[in-house]
Amino acid sequence: MSVTLELGVLGVGTWAPEWADWDQARRVLVQGAPAAVAVGARPGALSLPAGERRRAPESVLIAIEAAQQACAMAQRDPRELPHVFASAYGDLAINDYLCATLARTPGGMSPTKFHNSVHNAAAGYWAIAGGCVRAATAVSAGNASFGAGLLEAVACACAAAGPVLLVAYDIAARGPLAEVIPSRSAFAVALVLAPSPPVAFARVRLRTGADTTALAPARLLLHASQAGNPAAASLPLLAALARREAAALRVAAAPSLHLDMEISF
Amino acid sequence: MLYFRAIADFPPRLSDRSVPLAVTAFTVTCAAGRGRSAFAQALASRTSGLRENDFGAWPLPCWIGRVAGVEHAALPLRWARWESRNHRLAWLALNEDGFREHAQAAIERYGAARVALLLGTSTSSIGETERAYRTLDAAGRLDPTQRASHVHQPHALGEFVRQALGLAGPCLTIATACSSSAKVFASAERLLRLGLADAAIVGGADTLCGSVLYGFNALELVSPEPCRPFDSERSGLSLGEAAGFALLERVGADARAPRLIGHGESADAHHMSAPHPQGLGAELAMRESLRRAGIAAGDVDYINLHGTASRQNDAVEAALIARLFPSRVHASSTKGWTGHALGAAGVVEAVASLLAIERGLAPGTLNAQHLDAACGPQIRIDNARRDIRVALSNSFGFGGNNCCLAFAVGEA
Repeated sequence: MSVTLELGVLGVGTWAPEWADWDQARRVLVQGAPAAVAVGARPGALSLPAGERRRAPESVLIAIEAAQQACAMAQRDPRELPHVFASAYGDLAINDYLCATLARTPGGMSPTKFHNSVHNAAAGYWAIAGGCVRAATAVSAGNASFGAGLLEAVACACAAAGPVLLVAYDIAARGPLAEVIPSRSAFAVALVLAPSPPVAFARVRLRTGADTTALAPARLLLHASQAGNPAAASLPLLAALARREAAALRVAAAPSLHLDMEISF
Repeated sequence: MLYFRAIADFPPRLSDRSVPLAVTAFTVTCAAGRGRSAFAQALASRTSGLRENDFGAWPLPCWIGRVAGVEHAALPLRWARWESRNHRLAWLALNEDGFREHAQAAIERYGAARVALLLGTSTSSIGETERAYRTLDAAGRLDPTQRASHVHQPHALGEFVRQALGLAGPCLTIATACSSSAKVFASAERLLRLGLADAAIVGGADTLCGSVLYGFNALELVSPEPCRPFDSERSGLSLGEAAGFALLERVGADARAPRLIGHGESADAHHMSAPHPQGLGAELAMRESLRRAGIAAGDVDYINLHGTASRQNDAVEAALIARLFPSRVHASSTKGWTGHALGAAGVVEAVASLLAIERGLAPGTLNAQHLDAACGPQIRIDNARRDIRVALSNSFGFGGNNCCLAFAVGEA
């Protein structure tokens, strides 16, 4: 009962303290050596107007940075692309602010922080920055957020027979929740995907399966700090794309559902 | 005729028409009633579920749509590790209208891996995280009972319901603010159309919490009185809480069941918390929903509007309805009954639309007395008995995120 879907990868983008863009990430991933972590680095996210860039929280900036790289590589106008933004936790810094403020001085809540707290803040800022009125969604699936977001994006692309932007991102946990949420470092990845396009950077044959015992979802951890970030589940795929080597990968899309991907060039 | 021409001019693309899906079971629990019969009765008798705010230690002076008794409805021991107000409300809703039994039957028909679960929420269990922050120890650490991440994240809702129902297929929480639990219907239609699932349980839950009460208050969007959608004197929204679920299958499973026939999604690309002044995104979503359903504006009998009673939303939405639809269409907001249930509003109002089709009752707009000048003849204050074959439901959220669902009657 499994369905095989064929997609092309038209563009890739990524941001992490270890790299500022896909070009830098590719070098690190090809060489396989741990990269230098730039402490306090912030993404450019230059597609956001300056005012929005000042107001936007960290999770929005890293997501938009990755998204604009992927669209540039794909040579697609962001206005054309329906988009799926996937994040396990949303903006954990704003979450910490909201809960701490409510515990102390609830009446003092910042209205800007409140509207930035919605899980679809990154999708909303992206639509505003690029003038995109196409379908926009924001999803969450715990540790499987990258795989579940990928499945949602693939379904959107195949159902609409057109390209879709996927962005997966999470930031480091803050405050008391850092004790239980293992995300220690920001990570964002973006892919422009289209069903069977004539030209593509890479091709992916994708199938769902329930046999989670056969092969544990692979994780390639370049830096220990990425281990707890659900968006970093994309690293094996990014490594295959960086090396331009055919690969068979498995990524979790739910606790008992995985995606098997055959990557070819 | 102008109305019809506007729709006809929209460029037709036939490649991605929706596949109609049967809504073979549905339920809702909200301030206006637990279960669909109670909700339908409240709609028919025009009994509001709103009450003066009594939520939390220092309640703001406003009205809320609070579901009575959630605080006393502990989860069964088996699910105790999932305790939160949101999961309690989701559990209450799952136990109404035999929904858990319908879900079980779907698992038996298709297998647990072939039933997708797609749920919408805006704040998930943040109420529990707020509670955890109120009970930190002297060193600022979480109380030992709160030291688990599974409740303190957006997908808590999806994972709790997945485990509670024993599902093993695609499982996703959609969190696009107030359009969340409308968009789950669109995602489900795509999964079934592509053969990635054979059935889908969709819905959502959102519960009252400090974040939304004080957050909407900070944005000056909360009314001091019960919300009055589309009234010229409206002064903002009343927040509410709700949970609801629907089971979607291919039409062959039950030809007589009401159907999801279309969906439209769009973004405003305008502002994070204010709607586009001309309703651009909302119009795109409504047109897309009609196009996918293969119907014209004149085919619509009832529209459940987003109608939050905020000054801006209602003015923009009223003008849009006046522009797009003929006067015979009956349009209304049901938020005077339920309050604005945010991430659960989509499924609450999908259920209101399905009940309208099922029972031939088009709800009016409770609490509205004098309609805003922007309202056309479509927007009605009073309930009406009429044959409803096609109903639309609008849900618009922060970030300019819009969704419109189209439902239709099943075969006689």
